[in-house]
Amino acid sequence: MKNIVKHRVFWPAVALVALLMLNAIARPSFLSITVQDGELYGSLISLLRNSAPLMLVALGMTIVIATRGIDLSVGAVMAVSGAVALTIIADSPTPEAPGTIATAVAVAVVVTLIAGAWNGFLVAVLGIQPIIATLVLMLAGRGIALLITNGEITTVNSAPYKFMSQGYLLGFPFAFFVSIAAIVIVVLVQRRTALGMLTEAVGINPEASRLAGVRSRGIIWGAYAASGLLAGFAGILYSSNIMAADSNAAGNLIELDAILAVVLGGTSLMGGKFSIAGTVIGVFTIQTLKSTIVFLGVPSPVTPVFMAAVVIVVVAVQSPLLRRTALRAVGSIRGSNSNTTEVAK
Amino acid sequence: MHDTKPATQPDQDEEVLEVKKFLSTITIVGAAALVLSGCTGPGAGAGAGDDELITVGFAQTGSESGWRSANTESMQTAFSEENGFKLVFNAADNKIEAQIAAVRGFITQGVDAIVIAPIVEDGWDDVLQEAKDAGIPVILEDRTLTADESLYAGWVGLDFKSEGVKAGTWAASTFTEPTNMVVLEGTTGSAPANDRAEGFDEAIAGSQITKIDSQTGNFTRAEGKTVMEGFLQKYGKDGIDLVYAHNDDMALGAIDAIEAAGLVPGEDIKIVSIDAVKDGMQALADGKINYIVECNPLLGELAAGLVKDVLDGKTIERATFVQDGEFDQEAAIAALPDRKY
Repeated sequence: MKNIVKHRVFWPAVALVALLMLNAIARPSFLSITVQDGELYGSLISLLRNSAPLMLVALGMTIVIATRGIDLSVGAVMAVSGAVALTIIADSPTPEAPGTIATAVAVAVVVTLIAGAWNGFLVAVLGIQPIIATLVLMLAGRGIALLITNGEITTVNSAPYKFMSQGYLLGFPFAFFVSIAAIVIVVLVQRRTALGMLTEAVGINPEASRLAGVRSRGIIWGAYAASGLLAGFAGILYSSNIMAADSNAAGNLIELDAILAVVLGGTSLMGGKFSIAGTVIGVFTIQTLKSTIVFLGVPSPVTPVFMAAVVIVVVAVQSPLLRRTALRAVGSIRGSNSNTTEVAK
Repeated sequence: MHDTKPATQPDQDEEVLEVKKFLSTITIVGAAALVLSGCTGPGAGAGAGDDELITVGFAQTGSESGWRSANTESMQTAFSEENGFKLVFNAADNKIEAQIAAVRGFITQGVDAIVIAPIVEDGWDDVLQEAKDAGIPVILEDRTLTADESLYAGWVGLDFKSEGVKAGTWAASTFTEPTNMVVLEGTTGSAPANDRAEGFDEAIAGSQITKIDSQTGNFTRAEGKTVMEGFLQKYGKDGIDLVYAHNDDMALGAIDAIEAAGLVPGEDIKIVSIDAVKDGMQALADGKINYIVECNPLLGELAAGLVKDVLDGKTIERATFVQDGEFDQEAAIAALPDRKY
């Protein structure tokens, strides 16, 4: 029991479960899952589906943050990815052909991989501070996306493209499988090889790890490239969800959600040790929070305050200092009670 | 000493290389920034050189939507050289400081008149005073601001409230049985969201329509879709009869969510929306949306007329409204082939 409580994702998980229970109590229909035309349907299923873009972005963010960096450009990179993919499909004479979709997706993610590598180059090679280096693309990326789409919202009709975010496989949303695949790949690459440990080493002390022979430059560069690539896939899912390349709205402020998910999952912004399981829980927490707002019927003007309040509570629950203080406060009340009885003797 | 030099040479070279790399980065970044901020039209940098042409500075918000692009195009057509204007165009990318800086730029360039589509309502007093001191009349376009009325000549734009009233009037007359309605609001606190809600609520007061829920979808498709998903799960598939979306994009997102729930948009759940952009009109023509009130972006002609009037010394109305159309399915099918935006 004590080991479970001590596990780093215990408190994030508690927060998520509490939030889910809050929804379930407010409206029991939250937990209901029905089968409709062989597809599962319900709030929890929507949660799995809608969390996919944030999941991909947050996984990339986790690795970047582990290297003591940050990637602010992910939202803009998502917009670029959607713009590239949909422009290719819209200009193609065969928008329904799987070949066209494959080309569109491939080109889009290669572009975002280059965008990520560009970030990595600025940070790892030129030594520019990550927040500044990625700010460049954060600001420029949306402009590039708008240039690609001529400042318009490009829409397409293409069944296979739609399938990626809106389709179902074995009853579950296909986007959920994309999430799972991304999680599995990141876990395998980071935890089944030494890469994860080296990443943490770079994050804990770049100079020491360099002196110890860790090629920190390559690792940092790779982290940003991975983040760009994952953001690219997230952009594909986002545009597939609405079948439109909305360059202004795509991934807007998702960098902050992703950073929040990483932090809620117990990974420190100071870099070093990271928890992929924590990030996964953090993503679900944020997505649940968003559906909570609709389910509880929080009025729109109050929404930001509500979000802030919940986030503060969730973060506070995870603070060992606060927990200890709370325990001590409870203890001292008990203690003072026993003192009074002693005095009474 | 001499011996060590070759050893350090590669390092120095590397440093030089790094510096070069860094410089080229700056150049690239700078170029990118130029591309971004360089949305100024062909008339950029023009002063009061041409005596015959009226030089007008137009500070646009940015290019955030199809509506905005159509609006920009309308302004550029109306303020063309054929019509006797020289337009200095600036799109501020929805950055307030950039827009205020652009207006200051117009003043120092000594344009004849300034048209502004203010990104936000507050903080304009100083720069408008500067324009007034310089004797340059200011006309507001599309959006309003809170500065003193004496600081600008007039405003041309849309009556968001009347759009809401029109949509509400249609809904109130169409739904004569008890009807459960959900609302997809625009960005919280924005004028179109507030006024469209107010107008609609006034129009449906006393009707059979009950507003059971209302939540912001931020004027975007993706959020319109997720919020509608939430509504459908919250109230069940039979619990909602009507959706009022503050713009077409959210209505399009709602259509997706309704279809994903196995219902038929436009039949099982009716949709009324505002904007009449091309994609929305297509959905209306396809019967997925039931009614659209137009939010007309073609303000250019009216704005150009006002600028001429002001420069001729005529007094103009404080507020000039552009006419908004209304569309049902047949009207949409008829209008669609000529729809530009």
